Amino acid sequence: MRDLLWLVPAFPLAGFLVNGLVYLFSHRTSGAPHPPADQAAAESSEAAGHPHAHVHLETEPKWKTLHTIVGTGSVALSGIFAFGAILDLGIPALSHGAHHLLTLWRWIPLGVNQATGQVPGPLGEWFVDMALSLDSLSALMIAFVTFVGFLIHVYSVGYMGHDAGYGRYFAYLNLFMFSMLTLVLAANFLLMFVGWEGVGLCSYLLIGYDYHKKFAADAGKKAFVVNRIGDFGFILGIFGVFALFGTLDFGKVFAAAASNPAAYAPWMTLVCLCLFLGAAGKSAQVPLHVWLPDAMAGPTPVSALIHAATMVTAGVYMVARCNVLFRLSPDALLVVAIVGGFTALFAATIGLVQNDIKKVLAYSTVSQLGYMFLACGVGAFVAGMFHVLTHAFFKACLFLGSGSVIHALGGEQDLRRMGGLARKIPVTYATFLTATFAIAGVPLLAGFFSKDAILAAVFEAHFRQAPWLPKLLWMAALFTAGLTAFYMFRLVSLAFYGTFRGTAEQAAHVHESPKSMTVPLIVLAFLSVVGGWIGIPIIRGGDRIGRFLSPIVPALAGARAEEHAAPVSLEVALMAASVAVAMIGLLLAYLWYAKGEGRVPARLAERFPALYRVVANKYYVDEAYDALFVEGLAKSGGRFLWEVDATVVDLIPNGAAAATRGAAWLSHFFDKYFVDGAVNGVADSLQGGFRLLRRAQTGRVQNYALVMGAGLFCIVAVYLIFR
Amino acid sequence: MTITINHFLVVSFLLFSIGLLGVLVRRNFLTVLMSVELMLNAVNLNLIAFSRRLSDLTGQVFSVFVITIAAGEAAIGLALTISLFRQRRTLNVEDASSMQG
Amino acid sequence: MTAAQAVPGALLTGAAGWMFVVFAVLALGMAVAVVVARNPIHSALFLLSSFLLVACIFILQQAEFVGAVQILVYAGGIMVLFLFVIMLVHQRGVQERLTFQHQWDVALLFLLVFLLPFLYVLWTERFPELPQNLDAFRMVKGKIAGNTEAVAWVLYRDYLLPFEVASVFLLVAMVGAVVLGKRSAEKVD
Repeated sequence: MRDLLWLVPAFPLAGFLVNGLVYLFSHRTSGAPHPPADQAAAESSEAAGHPHAHVHLETEPKWKTLHTIVGTGSVALSGIFAFGAILDLGIPALSHGAHHLLTLWRWIPLGVNQATGQVPGPLGEWFVDMALSLDSLSALMIAFVTFVGFLIHVYSVGYMGHDAGYGRYFAYLNLFMFSMLTLVLAANFLLMFVGWEGVGLCSYLLIGYDYHKKFAADAGKKAFVVNRIGDFGFILGIFGVFALFGTLDFGKVFAAAASNPAAYAPWMTLVCLCLFLGAAGKSAQVPLHVWLPDAMAGPTPVSALIHAATMVTAGVYMVARCNVLFRLSPDALLVVAIVGGFTALFAATIGLVQNDIKKVLAYSTVSQLGYMFLACGVGAFVAGMFHVLTHAFFKACLFLGSGSVIHALGGEQDLRRMGGLARKIPVTYATFLTATFAIAGVPLLAGFFSKDAILAAVFEAHFRQAPWLPKLLWMAALFTAGLTAFYMFRLVSLAFYGTFRGTAEQAAHVHESPKSMTVPLIVLAFLSVVGGWIGIPIIRGGDRIGRFLSPIVPALAGARAEEHAAPVSLEVALMAASVAVAMIGLLLAYLWYAKGEGRVPARLAERFPALYRVVANKYYVDEAYDALFVEGLAKSGGRFLWEVDATVVDLIPNGAAAATRGAAWLSHFFDKYFVDGAVNGVADSLQGGFRLLRRAQTGRVQNYALVMGAGLFCIVAVYLIFR
Repeated sequence: MTITINHFLVVSFLLFSIGLLGVLVRRNFLTVLMSVELMLNAVNLNLIAFSRRLSDLTGQVFSVFVITIAAGEAAIGLALTISLFRQRRTLNVEDASSMQG
Repeated sequence: MTAAQAVPGALLTGAAGWMFVVFAVLALGMAVAVVVARNPIHSALFLLSSFLLVACIFILQQAEFVGAVQILVYAGGIMVLFLFVIMLVHQRGVQERLTFQHQWDVALLFLLVFLLPFLYVLWTERFPELPQNLDAFRMVKGKIAGNTEAVAWVLYRDYLLPFEVASVFLLVAMVGAVVLGKRSAEKVD
């Protein structure tokens, strides 16, 4: 069974091919037009990604059945073979480091050294195999990726049932599963990168699924471009790994790094930072987080699968996979922890004031991903992966639940127009509430164990460079946990409690979703409850998931796990702190939104208008990027290129002119387009930046004084830290 | 009660930050100037404390100079206030924002 | 004045220590009142009392000369000047609607964010203990002569140049104040 591991990604690939070809064929012959029959209706509806809002022609039933069976069946088969391979190796064996390498064929067969199995000499290992590797880490990943993926495919049957692009949707979704499973099962960096790019491509295709809508198409482009920036880092990291180790195979690289750390340590920081840039792009960490909220333009099951449970966790998986390298570079781990902690807090504050149900969940995802990176940064890779697992369950449940709400209201996504839905859609409400409690960290639910593991690890971490940092990060993470509980319960209160604030027409049509949508919700809610029980610390550091992952990933960085066992009373105190913070958050949200109908927050927003505006506008990060990069580079660069192009085209017919005319023209060209163009280009890009900076010139001395004071304090703080 | 240098540092820092807060948040220009005097006072406190700790008179001499400069600065500041008041008929700092943009 | 001899590193002990605590708390309270008071005359009076309290602290620290200068110059000169100007520009009946500028919430937040870590650092920083020479502030050429003489001795010998510069500065300030305070030309007929 283990040698049939290749079927795990192959089934979805086959599903993609079948679905895709059938879709192309059926749309060619049946002549079903792609643009919606009612363009105006499609553009005027504000719901993003909901099929009801732009329904034009439904897929014909016979194709629909085929797409359904192939789409979900391929994932089901993939899951069956995945579990089969895992059970074939055996969970106890995996816990002790069993690892199956399945080499399919030699992919890139260059070079001279091919026979020896050891790490080669200076020429390097110039070949890359198409090889899949099953060990405890990848087993964990494929287990929940296929299972949650299957549930979401089933959900999509109900959700996308009335859409004309049904076949296209399932084709893309299957392609995504193929890419994600390739990424996870890859045994070398290059194959992982293939999967990495594949999931990025599918993210673009699926976010921009409703490509008639401009903002959906733009969101897809934005996701792809921002991801690309991260991929640039990842590629550089891969180059670095190859330059240092001479091979791209995971097993050989990690064995070499572990056996001879001193030889590689000087370069490891640079390589790990490049790799982390890739992870940050894929997993939406600050400053590359901007694509994820916009990605909510895609259909809700896509948001659940790709932007909650699987693709965005690929970054965490990559960092966990390369933990041997990261542990050689404490500075890289410091950066990872700081970025993760900052992102967690930053995104949580934005999530507090969002009014779109999916945007709240999007920022929540960014924040929880920050938690995972924070855990990896302090060396608790197990806690990070544990949170990946529990987050997949409750976040997918939340997204699918939100999709159910949107479906029930016929496309409405604005929380200000919801309310009082608890009695009308009880199954959705119950599962949503369960998942909310799970993410808030209510004791005994899944999120509690994983979040608590992270908080405990952060509190007890040590950073040689900045000894006060772990406590600061712990406080930030604890505060973020409170914020998480608060904004999630705010979401629940605004959507499910109180009086309904929508239109009468919506109120008349509110209905519970079909079984194909509610059954996955129930399953995921159940997993959100029990999914954390595999991480219960039996003895200190002896939880089941920790032991399962221990051959690949240490529970705590280094051998400090043993000598550093914290007293039980500290553990209990930390647990109590996180529970208390969560309860406060839940209670406060209940008081303000369920009972208080949002009066207190509205008054707060009036009392602090500037602060509210800054947070509600996501700290103007998108505006800053727009002014600096889009306006500055794209506009001036585009104009420059256009002028060069127009000139060259004109040159050919005019080339027969007199030589003096040509020479005169040449110098004129140089002066006008290169010299002036460069000057104008510089001026344009500067102007974009200046327009942004102008807003700092308020003319008020006290504003300047405030900024000066802040700068001075920062300088003194930096001095105090680094003296 | 044993007072160490840390107590002095904390007190002078708190005094300084209260003065700084006053500079940043008050609308009346005169109050802003008074907050500046608070800040200078806090600096003096710090200087005297360290002078005492190091048993060096330099700190006290420096303090005298700080008071001198504060006096000169207060004079100029108040003259500016009067000038501003004569021109704009207001003491509100926020109204003096013609450099905006 | 009582001072600490037995415990190195302590600047004040016993009763003097408690006096310092009282003065410091009151001075901080007065400072807060300066910032918060609506009426600028109230602010001026609170500032005056804050100065007096700080002068008391100076005297506790055996800086009697500086304490006296503080009272004379600050409380007696500068605050009086302030009060003159307040009363000169005071507009009857025009009471400001708002006391605080529009950025008060951000400024308060910024101050709190920066204040607490700095306070923590300042409170917990361990300074090396130094021997205390209590008579250093009263000695002139090895004999006890009093704080004023000691300060004068240092001021006019080691810091003569800054002293002269300070006096030039005061001249400049005086000229500047006169120029700035002059009425504009068209007012003079």
